[in-house]
This record gives sequence, C-alpha cells and structure tokens, in this order.
Amino acid sequence: MLAPISVNMASLNFITLSPMLIAIAGALGILIIDLVKKDLDKTLYVILTILVLFIDMGATLGLTLNERGFFDVVMIDGVTILGELLIVIASMLFIPLALTSKRFHEYSYPEYFALFLFMIAGFQFMVASDNLIMIFVGLETASLALYTMIALHNTVGSHEAAIKYFTMGALAAGFFVMGAAIIYAVTGSVELYDIAKVLQERIGEPGMMVPIIGGAMMLMVAIGFKVSLFPFHTWTPDVYEGAASPMAGYMSIVPKIAMMVVAIRVLGMYIDLGVETVRNVVIAMAVITMTLSNMMALVQNDVKRMLAYSSISHAGFVMAAIALDTTKANSSIFLYYTLFLFTNLGAFALLWVSRHKDKTHHVRYHHPYVKFAGMIHIEPVAAVIMAIFMLSLTGVPPFSLFWGKLYVISATVDAGYIWLAVIMGLNSAIAAYYYLKLIVYMFLMPAADQARTVYNNRSLALEIVIGIAVFATVASIFYVQPLMHYITYLIGASGY
Amino acid sequence: MNDILSVLIFFPLIAGILGLVVSEKSIRTYGISVAAVEFILSLWMWFVYDPANAGMQFVKRIAVIPDFGISYYVGVDGISLFIVIMATLMTLIGIIALSVKKDLKNMILTLLFLEVAMVGVFVSLDAVIFYLFWEFSLVPMLYIIGAWGGEKRLYAAVKFFLYTFAGSLIMLVGMLYVAYVYQSVTGSWSFALTDWYSLVLPISVQKWLFWAFFLGFAIKVPMFPFHTWLPYAHGQAPTVGSVILAAVLLKMGTYGFVRFSLPMFPDASVMYITPVAILALIMIVYTAMVAYAQKDMKQVIAYSSVSHMGVIILGIFAMNAEGISGSVFFMLSHGIVSGALFLLVGVIYDRRHTKLMSEFGGLASVMPNYALIFGVMLMASVGLPLTMGFVGEYLSLAGFFKISPVMTAIGGTSIIFGAVYMLSLYKRSFFGPVTHEANKVLKDLDAKELTALIPLVAIVIWLGVYPKPVLQPIDNSVKALVSFMHEKAQTPEAKNTIVVSKRTKEAQ
Repeated sequence: MLAPISVNMASLNFITLSPMLIAIAGALGILIIDLVKKDLDKTLYVILTILVLFIDMGATLGLTLNERGFFDVVMIDGVTILGELLIVIASMLFIPLALTSKRFHEYSYPEYFALFLFMIAGFQFMVASDNLIMIFVGLETASLALYTMIALHNTVGSHEAAIKYFTMGALAAGFFVMGAAIIYAVTGSVELYDIAKVLQERIGEPGMMVPIIGGAMMLMVAIGFKVSLFPFHTWTPDVYEGAASPMAGYMSIVPKIAMMVVAIRVLGMYIDLGVETVRNVVIAMAVITMTLSNMMALVQNDVKRMLAYSSISHAGFVMAAIALDTTKANSSIFLYYTLFLFTNLGAFALLWVSRHKDKTHHVRYHHPYVKFAGMIHIEPVAAVIMAIFMLSLTGVPPFSLFWGKLYVISATVDAGYIWLAVIMGLNSAIAAYYYLKLIVYMFLMPAADQARTVYNNRSLALEIVIGIAVFATVASIFYVQPLMHYITYLIGASGY
Repeated sequence: MNDILSVLIFFPLIAGILGLVVSEKSIRTYGISVAAVEFILSLWMWFVYDPANAGMQFVKRIAVIPDFGISYYVGVDGISLFIVIMATLMTLIGIIALSVKKDLKNMILTLLFLEVAMVGVFVSLDAVIFYLFWEFSLVPMLYIIGAWGGEKRLYAAVKFFLYTFAGSLIMLVGMLYVAYVYQSVTGSWSFALTDWYSLVLPISVQKWLFWAFFLGFAIKVPMFPFHTWLPYAHGQAPTVGSVILAAVLLKMGTYGFVRFSLPMFPDASVMYITPVAILALIMIVYTAMVAYAQKDMKQVIAYSSVSHMGVIILGIFAMNAEGISGSVFFMLSHGIVSGALFLLVGVIYDRRHTKLMSEFGGLASVMPNYALIFGVMLMASVGLPLTMGFVGEYLSLAGFFKISPVMTAIGGTSIIFGAVYMLSLYKRSFFGPVTHEANKVLKDLDAKELTALIPLVAIVIWLGVYPKPVLQPIDNSVKALVSFMHEKAQTPEAKNTIVVSKRTKEAQ
C-alpha cells in the first residue's frame, strides 16, 4: 500500500514555469476570443500575440538564477534564461511580419496565432529542463505546432515542406527517445545531473563505452536533425523553400537555438566526462556541415535556398563552438545567435516584402537571383539594406556578425584548435562568394524588366521590423560589449 | 589637437552620409570640397606633427569592448603620416579628374567612404580596428570596379574581393592567436598594437604567426604568386579605381609588414628574409617581363606597379634603417607616380576609348603637354635621379645590399627592365608618325586634367630634388623601429641582421 503523496504548492515553485504558462494562457485566450466572436481581423491577433510575448519576456527576466521547480524537472539557469529570451525576441520580430499588404492564407486563422504561442511554450520547456523526457515533450509540442503552421501557408510547396519536415522530425524524435532509453538503461535516470553522476562512476567499467557512446550518438542524430547538421540537413532547403519566407527565417533561428541549448546541456555533459569521441564527432560534423553547405549554397539559383544553405553553414559554425565546451565558447554561441537572429530574420523579411502571389521570374522559385537584378536603380534603400544584411552574414566588419565570428573563432583559438579556426576562416571566405553574388546582382547588373513589382508586399509593420534588424546590424559595435558581458555573466553563473 | 585623427577618419564618413542629400548636379563640387578639406586637414596634421618625436603622436584611446580588449586606438608616426597625406591627396586628385558620367553621385560618395577606410587603416593602432577598416575598404572598391568597370568587371570585382577576403581571414586567426597569447601572459585581453609589441614570442610561435600575417599582407601587396587578381582589377577598373587601388590600397599590404610583421616577429622576419626576397625578386623580374609583353597601356602600368612593389618588399626586409625608410618613401612615390600614370592613361582612354598601344603613335606632336607630363611621370617610374622615384628605389636597394649583394643586383634589374618597357611604351605611343586619322584631332589636356596632374608633377620633382622634409620624419620613426627590433630579437642571427646605425646608437 503506497502512502498518499502530498505535494506542497510552494515546493512546486510555479514561478519557474511562468513564461510557458503565460504563453499557453495567451494561446488559450486567443482560442476563446475566436470562439466568442468570428470575423476578427488578423491585426488584433498579431498585437495580442505581441502583448503576450511582452509579458512572457517580463516573466523571463524576472526569473531567479539557478532555481528548480515543478518536481525539479524545470531548471532555471543562465542558459535557460538566454534561450528563453532569444526565443521570445525572435518571435516578437517574427509575428508582425503577418501584417502584410497582401492577404495570405495562414493569417486568416486565429488558430495560427494560438499554435504559435503553443510552439513558443514548447521551445521554452525544451530550454528550461535537464530532464530528457521534459525536453522531449517540449520538442514535440513545439514541432507539431510548427509543422501545422508551415502547412497553413497552403501552397503545394508548403504542404510538401510540412510533410517532409514532419516525417524527418518524427524520425529525429524516434532517435531522441531511443537515445534517452539507452541512457536510462545504463544509468536508471533521465535527469542529466543524475546521469552525469552515475556515468562518472560507471565509465571505467569494461564494455561501458559502447552503450554510453551509442546513447550519445542517438541523441546526436536527433540534435543533428533539428539543428540541420550534415548528414541530417537534407530536409532544410526544401522546407525553407516551401515555407513562407518569415517562417523560413524563423525556423533558421528559434528551433535551432532551442536545440543548441539542449546540445550544450547533453553534449557538454559527455565532453565534461571526458568522452572524447563525442567531441570529435561533433567537430567532424560541424566542419563537414559548414564546408559542404557552403559548397551547395554556391550553386543555388534561388536566394531563399541560398539563405537556407547559408543558415545550415552558420549552424555548423556554431556547432563547432559547442564541442569546445568552454565558458567563452558557450557565450560566443549565444552572442552569435543573437546577432544572427536580427540579420537573418531581416534578410528573410526583405524576401517576404518582395513576395508575389505568382512566381514572376522563374517557373519554380519565388526569389531567383534575377529578380533582384539592378535593384539599386529601382529601390535603392532596400538594395542597400539587403546588401548590409549580406555583408553582415559574410562577416565584413563593422556589421554585426563580424563580432559573432570574431568571438567564436577567438574561442576556438583559445581552446587550442587553431586548425579548426583556420577552417572556419576559409569557410567564411567561401561563403563570401554567394553573399556577394546577390550584391552583384542588386548593384552591378542591369535592372530586370518586371522590376517595378519587386516591392509588392510592403507595409509599415514589415518596414519597422526590417528597420529594427538594420539598426541591430549596423550599430552592433556599440552594444556588443554590454551584450557579451550579460551573456558571459549568465553562462558563467550557471557553471557552463 | 589630439582629436585630429578622429576628425580625419570621420569627416569623410559624415560627409558621405550627408552627401546623400546633395543633388546630382552639384555633387562634383561637393566631392571636391570635402576631399580638399580632408586634404588640408591632413596637411594641418603634418604641420603640427613633431618631427623630432619618433613615437606615436595624436594618440587617442577609447575602450569599445573592454571585456575583450578592443579599443578605438589611433595614432600616427613618421611611417604612417605621409601615407595618410598621400591617401587624402590621391582621393582629391581622383575626384578632380573624375570623368565618369553615369551615377556620378554614387561614385563620389563611394570614394568618400573608401577614404574613411584608407585613412582608418593607416592610423589604427588596435588590431581589430585595423582589421575593421582593412576589410571595409573592400566594399567600396568592389562597387567601384563592379559598377563602372570594363567588360569583365563583375569577374574582376568579385575576384578582387574574394582573394583579399580569404587572405585576411587567415590573418584574423593569427591576430586572435596573438591576443590569446597576450591574454595568457598578462591575464587581460588587448588588441592594442603597442601592447602586442611588448610581447616576446617564442620562435616556434613567431614562425606560424609570421606566415598567417604574411598571407593577409602578401595578397594585398600583391606578391607573387598571389598577384593574379591585380591585372584583372586594374584592367577592368575605371580610372579613379585604378588610381586609388595602385596608389593607396596596395600600400596597405606593405604598411602591414612594417607595422605588424617586423616589430612583432623580428626573429621570424629575419629567418624568412631569403624566401620572401626570392618571391619579391620573382615578382620584380617576372612581372617586368610580363609588362613588356602587354599590348594595353594600362596593363603595362599595372604590371610595372607590381614589379615596383617587389622593390618595396625588398627594402622592408632589408631590416635596416636605410632599406625600411627607403621603402616607406618608395610607397609614397609609387603611389603618386603610378596614380599619375593611371590618370594619364585614363585621359587618353576618355578621348579614344581604347588603351591599345598599337592604336596610337605620334601623340607627342598632337598632345605636347600630355606627352611632357607623361614623360616626367615615366621617368619617375623608371627611377631617374632627381625624380621622386629614384630616392626610394635607391634607398631600398642600398638597404638590401647589406643582406645580399647578389639578390640586390637581381632586384636592381627592375630599373633596367623598367626603362625597357616604359620607354618602349613611350616610343610606340608618342613618337613616330601619327598613323591613325582619329589621333590627329585629339585635344590636349584640358583645365580639369591639368589641375589634377600639375600638382603631382610638382611633388615628383620637388621630393626628387629635396626629399628631406619627408624623409627625415620617416627616418626618425624607422630608426626607432629598427632599434626596437634589435632589442627584441632573440636569436643571434636576428641581432646581427637587424643593424642599428651608429648615429642612432649615439642618439640613445
């Protein structure tokens, strides 16, 4: 006869859950509003979502460092807070992109916005836990919402993208669960701190290495799928191409940040334990990912596909830092992604501005390079802005991503991996080619004839989002110091 | 007064941004005024510069990213002072002589942004800020070549960008490594050059870092075998692009050797004198031969400028005060002379829309003033005594004589080869009968072109006859540099090779 369990409310420490609860409450609120009154405009939902995100951000900033709650499943450390903040900020920049001047299918459903908030809650669960099951639940909540949101774009391409992403994601989820199961079999726990303790004791036992590395590899496959590392990156360009541009931009940032946080926790544990195989595999994957996707990006004819490959390459770049497992490397990951967030989302938002209902320049692609030919003569401001984003992605100073690259490469050098730093440098040089290609088209090619319709989809909201992104990209030299200080403080405070 | 360098850097930047408001009609006047003010400011800097002080002057240091040791840190000494003045002068001359009609406004504003980067590179004393300006200078140049260039301009522009970008990324890794070493020795981060100078690196580390920095600088110079981007860039660039490229941008590479490689890695620099000198010699002889084989006037000058850059490299790696001062002086004269030659080719190209020597002949009788100025510049380029070209070339080679007389003799052929290809160019284009009908009605230089060229002729002759006002401050700073390298060198070979002259020793 089991004794009745009594749970003390105070011990649950619900405050640690507050960001997710706010997002979920907001989503439910939107659903209820839709239930009560139909025919409400998307503007209402967009602004409501932004307001919910504001409260969410406030709650995240109010979290106390190094606390646990909810049966110790939720863990608030520096990485959690950074992850949640980045997710919320990216989401706040993303959702106003729904306010286009043209009508798109997905935004006419209030459910889209509810799904969006559910997804954010899922990602926040993912970054706020060191419990493998909790991470899995968060991952699935977020992913299922995301698949649906992609499909809601309602074009042939987006359906294909959603199905493709769904099947691949399901496979990845399967690997994650199998990995967790193996780890549970070895250690009898799903809590990372427990796992680390048991592994520490058992790592010397003969034959132990096989299940340890096996479990790690399974998890790595799942991480590889979500962060789109070689050889699990194949879905990325197709899904980005099919999804709406802002969605593609969003996918290149938020799910990756969430999974990177998991990678820092999980892979960091193995590297701390001294399992060098894991470190080597991560480095190898990172190197191949950035090199191969750079090569692939060189031959793309569509700007969106190019940006897809470029974001794979950036993910590889950052993944290399995860393998280093130093405080500086982990901080540089967040710095990089913060800067990357603004630049990349800005670039995708500009594509979104230039979106047409019909494919005007190419039978298959919405954004072939030709479409942007001679843009400097038609839309000089937009051309300059796009060029700034491209130069930033290239890593040309003083634009923002230069500082990200500087920190990541510096962290690599500090950790003693000079050869890796050289490879990173050379990869940036290769990448320069395809970013330049767009600049060459925009600035140095004669204008295309249908060019008058390039800026079809512009609206004030989009301009504001792009304006924020430009500001963050250009003025980075002034805020890198406080930003890096804050990140290093948070990362250092939780012992990574 | 300490802020003059910041004014020099940011004045063209602000002028470039505000220039967006100025209307297309008045933009030429605007550009000339801004560049003239900038040039006068740089002359003012020379005026208040204290030639007796060999160290950094007008130093300003503001922390930008203190946690990572990055600061806005600028200063100027005898080595960089005149290069800055030359950069502002050549920008002014380039804008005066500008003959493009298409998108004139974009061109002028781009030139102003380029000027920011050029001045910035030569006055930065913080590696990251140096790198920032260094990389940023690629963007305006990419646009100038790509938008106003010849037929294959896109290829040329992208090749220029990628080549330099790749090299400098390796240099960046090297910089980060130096910063890391500095941090592990002192416990704090710093990218300030003056801090880095105090770092005595083990020889094994110096070796690697030397080559990392070498790659970045050598591509910019451009040294053989990394020179292949340059003929394309020059061949396709508009006149003003070539002028700035040859006069200032190439000097960034040689300046980098003087500012970074020599004082930071004295032992490795001495150790690698021979391989570097061999590359420089190949560059001198090979590109001179290639220059002779060209049919296009502009390509002759492009290759000749590569060939002369080889002499500058020799002078730098002479490791003594004569050689280094000579090569710094040669950077200036090369800048002015090759800049002027590119302008002159531009003049004839504007009239005939061809640069092929076979199209010309007998120009001396049709355009006497043009032929005269061309002749003076050509002589300066060849290195005729009493022109500016002679001083630098002579000193560079004289300095290297102490390292290796044989190599110096080979390097000295640059004067002979130079005479061969330059005089044959002159003969084919300017002498003989006028063979083409179109050439008979060519107009001589107009007021605009004369305004641009006469100051350059004056400088070439003035500094050829009396180089002291410029050479003296250069020499002071270079002597300080050499004795610093001598102090810092660890190996006996390096101590012996880096020769401090007696006068410097007495002065100390």
